[in-house]
Amino acid sequence: MSFLVNLALGLLFGAGLVVSGMSDPAKVLNFLDLFGTWDPSLAFVMGGAVMVAFVGYRLVLTRAEPIVGDRFHLPTRSDIDARIVAGPAIFGIGWGLGGFCPGPALTALGLGATGTLAFIPAMILGMWAARLVAEGTAAPRTA
Amino acid sequence: MTEFTPLASLVGGMMIGLSAVLLMLWEGRIAGISGIAGRLLPPYRDGAFLSRFGFVVGLVAAPLAMIAISGIEVSQTVSSNIPLMIAAGLLVGFGSVWGNGCTSGHGVCGLSRLSARSIVATGVFMATAIVTVFLVRHVIGA
Repeated sequence: MSFLVNLALGLLFGAGLVVSGMSDPAKVLNFLDLFGTWDPSLAFVMGGAVMVAFVGYRLVLTRAEPIVGDRFHLPTRSDIDARIVAGPAIFGIGWGLGGFCPGPALTALGLGATGTLAFIPAMILGMWAARLVAEGTAAPRTA
Repeated sequence: MTEFTPLASLVGGMMIGLSAVLLMLWEGRIAGISGIAGRLLPPYRDGAFLSRFGFVVGLVAAPLAMIAISGIEVSQTVSSNIPLMIAAGLLVGFGSVWGNGCTSGHGVCGLSRLSARSIVATGVFMATAIVTVFLVRHVIGA
């Protein structure tokens, strides 16, 4: 059941990326190109998404628990450590090079562009490496 | 050049926001794509693999379903510079997981929750991405 619900939510999320134009790296790169062919569309995507989530999260979180599962899994940390700066800094460089962040890249996979087919395995590998390094360095403290 | 599409982008953004809200309502999780995709590979620490797998299948299938149902064209321009795209993928994958989120987890979900860490993260990745595009397009001139 959760597989099907998540499938539907992934379809909705992906359709949103297509409708908003964000599945096209050219549109993302033009948003980032403030001093060239600037296309402000991405700001409207973020604005629309944040507006809905800002209100929607507040409504949902008045519940004691989600529909399935025992609790809401919300990040609780508020400290600014080195990783919360270094990670996004590295991510941003890659985003600026290819115009893909993880969601739009996955949405583009089925369209089969050569660049996408090179990007996705590298992204998955990078994600896996970061998890292994992070869990490796965190292990002694939790052991 | 790409065409400025305020209305379509706003509507698409609202669909993304709605998906995030419904995921929180259904199983209490943040709709962060790097978190979801990054946990598709082992080790598995919780029982949410099928949920994550379903979400990713939906993401991948979305444009194909739209093309099949409505016959719309999904146009995109992806660089065919393979070494560049591999480097970009490695950086995006490593950086998003190292920083616990990307444009969706920090940018959409985190900002909506007014998370200080997400506000910092979003500011940083926007800044380095803008600088990268500036260097590539206007300094190197690629």
